[in-house]
Amino acid sequence: MFGLNDLRSRMIDVQTQMTGRALELLCLPEGQPCYLLDIGCGSGLSGDYLSDEGHYWVGIDISPAMLDAALDRDTEGDLLLGDMGQGIPFKPGTFDGCISISAVQWLCNANKKSDIPAKRLYCFFSSLYSVLVRGARAVLQLYPENSEQLELITIQATKAGFTGGVVVDFPNSAKAKKFYLCLFSGPSTFLPKALTETTDEEEATESAFTSERIQRRMARRGVVRKSREWVLEKKERRRRQGKEVRPDTQYTGRKRKPRF
Amino acid sequence: MKLLTHNLLSSHVRGVGPRGFPLRLQATEVRINPVEFNPEFVARMIPKVEWAALLEAADTVRTLPHARARPEWGGGRGRSHRRPGSLARVGMPRGDLGLCPQLHLVEVPKEPIEGYEHDEKFLRKMHHVLLEVDVLEGTLQCPESGRLFPISRGIPNMLLSDEETET
Repeated sequence: MFGLNDLRSRMIDVQTQMTGRALELLCLPEGQPCYLLDIGCGSGLSGDYLSDEGHYWVGIDISPAMLDAALDRDTEGDLLLGDMGQGIPFKPGTFDGCISISAVQWLCNANKKSDIPAKRLYCFFSSLYSVLVRGARAVLQLYPENSEQLELITIQATKAGFTGGVVVDFPNSAKAKKFYLCLFSGPSTFLPKALTETTDEEEATESAFTSERIQRRMARRGVVRKSREWVLEKKERRRRQGKEVRPDTQYTGRKRKPRF
Repeated sequence: MKLLTHNLLSSHVRGVGPRGFPLRLQATEVRINPVEFNPEFVARMIPKVEWAALLEAADTVRTLPHARARPEWGGGRGRSHRRPGSLARVGMPRGDLGLCPQLHLVEVPKEPIEGYEHDEKFLRKMHHVLLEVDVLEGTLQCPESGRLFPISRGIPNMLLSDEETET
């Protein structure tokens, strides 16, 4: 039988583990004290880990209650009460890196009717891109509800200028599976390898995305709008974007009767 | 809120853009925290510091009539950044300090000096000003919009209203 204390300490362990992994994925230069941003810092569990590693940090959280708990725990980083969906209020090139533990998926929730998740996500990612030193990384551990949500998040991150991808640790374990969105603000580099149960698993568990624009625009210029060729190209484009598209048949782009 | 953080904060009110810093600091309560000196970190942050804003913030804080210094904790978690306290003040209520009535704020150098990376004296002064001065109560003002962000218990409230948020 387990008590609430056991559950709490297990939760703390998991948070600490995830912070350690995020820091590992951040690939900071060896032995150098860095200035880091902790998004959704909560009561400062992750921040304490950063301090223990010799880093200095600023945490942002939207919950006054969690920040109060952080004050009680006497954390060393500075705390800000703020909403990441409103942007990160710092000068460009401030932070050597950014981590986030279990927070970013909240941007997908519309708390008020006026909230549009895609806009809040873009506002967050574009300001994050700006406040990072050129070439710095952000590692955001999150719990996406489904693949659509993860796609929504990664699309906005790409729009904001980030390259990178999602590292999925222990993809086959319902309990241990963890998602880390690894974002690079400089030129593309290699995505870190995901953790797996067995070492001989060949299955790729990382997906990379880049902001490389392939030369398709030129090909489209010669195509007549609304022609069958145009329709086929548009459907192909949507497939590349990962959207659901009906299969092409002999009826695709066929001329319709005048009543259409 | 450390003066280093203040120096790097920028207003994100809609339409303000790059004119959102430096935020003008008004402080009513400040505390000195001993923090372990790390010359490498201080040296790396010097190029990011907006010097005029730092001088202004230091002046604001220095002229504070009721500034208080934090007692050195004897017990506590012994975190790596804190120097071990020499006095055991555990259990002392926060309000009653009975310590120095003014801040021991060292002179802030007018600008970074040549070869500052290896000048320990300079780095120690900067360390004290940037990392050991903690603003507990006060306000931050956006220079462009005039909007005030309150600081309470050392935590600036940067929450914007819907109208103030960038579209």
